[in-house]
Amino acid sequence: MATGDLALGQEQGAISTQERVVNNFSINVATVNGSGSQSANSVLLKSIFGMGVPVSGKNLFPSNIAGLPTWYIIRASKDGYVARTREIEFLVALNPETAKSDVMALPAGAVAIYEENANLKQFRDDIFCYPVPFDKITAAVCPEAKLRKLVKNMVYVGVVAQLLSIDLGVVEASVKKQFAKKQKVFDLNFGAVKAGFDFAQEKLVKQDPFVIEKMNQTAGKIIIDGNAACGMGAVFAGVTVVAWYPITPSTSLIEATTDLLKKYRVTPEGKATFAVVQAEDELAAIGMVLGAGWAGARSMTSTSGPGISLMGEFAGLGYYAEIPGVIFDVQRTGPSTGMPTRTQQSDLLSTAFLSHGDTKHVLLLPGSVKECFEFGYEAFNLAERLQTPIFVLTDLDLGMNNWMSEPFAYPEKPLDRGKVLSKEELDKLGGFARYKDVDGDAIGYRTLPGTKHSKAAYFTRGSGHNSSAGYTEKPDEYQEVMERLSRKFDNARKLVPAPVVIKNGTSRVGFLAFGTTDFALGESLDQIKKEYNKDVDYMRIRAYPFAHEIHDFVASHERVYVVEQNRDAQLQSLLKLDLPADQVVKLRSILNYNGLPIDARTITEEFATKEGL
Amino acid sequence: MATQTPSPAPAPGPKINRIGLPIIDYRGGKSTLCAGCGHNAISERIIDAMYEMGVEPERVMKMSGIGCSSKSPAYFMSRSHSFNSVHGRMPSVSTGAILANHTNMLLGVSGDGDTASIGVGQFVHMMRRNLPMIYIIEDNGVYGLTKGQFSATADLGSKLKTGVINDLPAIDTCALAIQLGATFVGRSFSGDKKQLLSMLKAAIAHKGTVMLDVISPCVTFNDHEGSTKSYKFMQDHDEPVNEVGFVASFEDIEVDYDSGQVYEVEMHDGSSLRLRKLQEDYDPTNRANAVKTLMEAEANHEVLTGVFYIDTEKPTFTDQLNMVDEPLATLPESLTRPPKETLDQLMKALQ
Repeated sequence: MATGDLALGQEQGAISTQERVVNNFSINVATVNGSGSQSANSVLLKSIFGMGVPVSGKNLFPSNIAGLPTWYIIRASKDGYVARTREIEFLVALNPETAKSDVMALPAGAVAIYEENANLKQFRDDIFCYPVPFDKITAAVCPEAKLRKLVKNMVYVGVVAQLLSIDLGVVEASVKKQFAKKQKVFDLNFGAVKAGFDFAQEKLVKQDPFVIEKMNQTAGKIIIDGNAACGMGAVFAGVTVVAWYPITPSTSLIEATTDLLKKYRVTPEGKATFAVVQAEDELAAIGMVLGAGWAGARSMTSTSGPGISLMGEFAGLGYYAEIPGVIFDVQRTGPSTGMPTRTQQSDLLSTAFLSHGDTKHVLLLPGSVKECFEFGYEAFNLAERLQTPIFVLTDLDLGMNNWMSEPFAYPEKPLDRGKVLSKEELDKLGGFARYKDVDGDAIGYRTLPGTKHSKAAYFTRGSGHNSSAGYTEKPDEYQEVMERLSRKFDNARKLVPAPVVIKNGTSRVGFLAFGTTDFALGESLDQIKKEYNKDVDYMRIRAYPFAHEIHDFVASHERVYVVEQNRDAQLQSLLKLDLPADQVVKLRSILNYNGLPIDARTITEEFATKEGL
Repeated sequence: MATQTPSPAPAPGPKINRIGLPIIDYRGGKSTLCAGCGHNAISERIIDAMYEMGVEPERVMKMSGIGCSSKSPAYFMSRSHSFNSVHGRMPSVSTGAILANHTNMLLGVSGDGDTASIGVGQFVHMMRRNLPMIYIIEDNGVYGLTKGQFSATADLGSKLKTGVINDLPAIDTCALAIQLGATFVGRSFSGDKKQLLSMLKAAIAHKGTVMLDVISPCVTFNDHEGSTKSYKFMQDHDEPVNEVGFVASFEDIEVDYDSGQVYEVEMHDGSSLRLRKLQEDYDPTNRANAVKTLMEAEANHEVLTGVFYIDTEKPTFTDQLNMVDEPLATLPESLTRPPKETLDQLMKALQ
């Protein structure tokens, strides 16, 4: 009986009345994948958001369709921290398979909510236990047996909401939003929330210190995942051709893009201003992107590590024949198949030099959902300006998880379609040489097939060519093109997103990082300040090739810690190739590559050890 | 009375086609292939067909992969954009290009290695999509640039110059294309000017994937005794299933023919493809029979040529995508970038 168990909490004299923990803890919902807990988790996340409390959600899921353990971790943080934390204080243990280990992992003083017959309290006497008869409650509100598995998830939302003092009205609004316009579905789901809430109110006595209190930190903010933000960026960049092959964790980027295209890019006559093709593999996807880019479309694909590997040969063609295209790489844990549903920042080196020969690529490295949107559209401008494939590297953590953000700003600048000669311009010029550096910026002019001018055509090839696009095996002609390509790449340093100085004071020590490492590093800076009274400078890198500010940052510090989420210190390796020899020795590494997003504590501890603090 | 001196007749201008272009506007650079290579003859027929059909050169996108065949787009139609891509990947690049601008026309030249070995994956999927494209395989059964290894279209039992015998069956690209959904499939021989020219003109008039396997002997590595892709072998074994006649929509030619002896196919642009029956009741609209006929011919060591299959009704890949009439490549920003209000709406929904 639930009430009996409540007494247990009171009997546990070991746990004295603690100070309340307000808006500063993580919730772990442990379920089985395929059980439909995603909507419930989303409602819980958005309810905390609705309470005005900064929140983030992480889905730790298996590479499987149904039946394996999955965890959804919600972090509420009054200080606005969104990184993963090592310790989780509030557990909803609904997966019998992992229940014991989930409970064992809790710190003392944590909370466990579980199906009453699981009897998890036998394993720990230093936590707060709330057994709940989920199946009974669910059966009472959901007569249809086959829906019960799904509806049960909403029951825990109600229980958690009541225990954490989340306003039921806020939860109701979140459920309403989740099931927009489907009244019946709403009724069923909110009924379950209410039943859970009522049960907790009537039968559970609050013992633990965790509460959510109203704040005003989320007003005007949005919640979105990085993949949807990238897709939105592409749509507002006017993408016209999308070719792709399904792969975790990038598939939802294409799905989001396609949904937006279908909604906002169809003419009143019902005609599409876009084409989306599910290709036969990643080789074909990148081939289509380059064919479309060559013929003048704004084209893109999205993939992850294994797809990047397959795209290698074409990436070199795009670089050498100078064809625009945008490739989103939502990085996952490698090498090989690796752990497809875990995160990593380990495609940096392979993407920067993707393909054989002297090939190098421009990489954009967004560090937030807002930058996913911004770089998502800027990538298309850069691709056409620089006439080259542009790679946007996010990762599973950013791409597939929900993040709070300022709303995205509309890109006011007109699209930059790059140097394309029209018929009229050809009339004036009388002709052109495709790969000639006319303007001194190492970028030639191109024409599009279909341009109605007898001198518009040129021959595109991945074989040796001269500045007029003619076939060549002549040493000087070949080298001239290669040198110009190198100058063009060097010029890109000034065109790509500049690094962001998070902090640059008087410290002799600095941090360099990119992408999602920022979430943990920002928190770690505060920990280092608080615990060691030490200020450390920090610059966040947002693109390759590296802007000169990055060289200056390294030059102005004695030691620079490069924090990244891969084993081989890939960002540091790229920096070493770029920096003068006397600067290279300043670089140190802090690495995390176990598949889980890096957390602040790991950085702080390793920094303290290495610095001898 | 003044004597009238007859004024000299005006010098005849250069011969021009229906859009006012002389044939020189369809020519390309000088071929660097071997003298006598079948590919050069195919380039000549492409030039003739494009000229005679009055295709605007600027509308044509010449595509290729890698190999001797794939070099050949440099040797015809210099006024057309050309894309010599990577080995076996011409189909995907072509797909992207036609999506960007579906008012252009795709002409692809591949080889048997480029198509049937390294490129068979993309070939298969392109056929499946019925992409509007003329896909020509210049088929000589060997890899030329790497000095004469067998390709996957080499016939079982055929012999290399080195004496090596091929002990694997050939991939019949025509049977494959028909089975997969290509809508105009035929085989010809680089040495048969008349048949190849008619087939190419009909190909230009067709809407959908045209897959033409053109036997094109390699004079350096596969034109010897024991080869099944030599000039001699083709002269001895070429068995046309039909005699290909083509009357373009703009031609005013009335030909009497016995309808019992000829399959007449009305093409998408109003042209007429007339296939005179040479083999007993060969029906080029029957897919299953087309594949059966090809398989039987293979068993009998015959090389069938002619138009094996045609379907003028099936929607193309670009039709199915329901795109606007204008090329996607040049749509104005007003049509491709949603307005600020749209982003505001989206942001509101995410709050």
